[in-house]
Amino acid sequence: MTQHDDHLHATRRRFLTDAAALAGSLGLGLSLTLKPATATPATMQAALKKVVGEAPLQKGKVKLDVPPLVENGNVVPVTVTVDSPMTASDYVKAIHIFNEKNPQPNVIGAHLGPRAGRATISTRIRLADTQNLTAVAELSDGSFWTDSVQVIVTLAACVESL
Amino acid sequence: MARALINVPPKAKRGEIIEIKALIQHEMETGFRVGTNGNMIPRDIITDFICKYNGEEIFRADLHPAISANPFFAFFTTATESGTISFEWVGDNGFAAAESATITVE
Repeated sequence: MTQHDDHLHATRRRFLTDAAALAGSLGLGLSLTLKPATATPATMQAALKKVVGEAPLQKGKVKLDVPPLVENGNVVPVTVTVDSPMTASDYVKAIHIFNEKNPQPNVIGAHLGPRAGRATISTRIRLADTQNLTAVAELSDGSFWTDSVQVIVTLAACVESL
Repeated sequence: MARALINVPPKAKRGEIIEIKALIQHEMETGFRVGTNGNMIPRDIITDFICKYNGEEIFRADLHPAISANPFFAFFTTATESGTISFEWVGDNGFAAAESATITVE
């Protein structure tokens, strides 16, 4: 075996180990993104706190309707429905939507009244990344209800260059 | 003047819950994008949307850069009396737009 061959083998071996390592890390990355994220970044928690204050956040009553797989993050249809009779004594005061990975945590704050009849709002939002969306409803009795949904985004919005 | 498209049923029964849809033409520039000259494009969004039924506020929304271009809203209200439903959009750089629709309640 010549010196040249040795060198060739060495590089080929290195190439194979490097490739294996790369594949391994990619696989790890993929499994990380597919795993539903439960930890919510601090900025969203801070924004939530601003709205909710010290009141306890309860799961339920709110239904956040978003397509689970979004092709274009620039236009994501979102519908929030709150289970409420919408009477003068029991109605939804406000519906807020928060996100984790856009540049800013707030998406929308909508204020309703008892005469809305049905506590449902629809809009279209931007999502910069695959992330969790959270909807919070403030009821007239001062309680807060929430729902979270994970959305997978293939084309990101907000920060793209021209 | 930005073009706005609103959808209010022209006729409704008293007490009926009606759906209102509003769409307005606006870039909703986020302020996080870099332009061709390498500088940030300044934020230019609609910040407030208000809907009034015969002068009484029935829906209000605080908008953030995460709302898509050409903001669209759909919401509900109870038809109580005949009159006008007015819409108002307020935004950065002195943006203001208004639109209204009439409704007949039987």
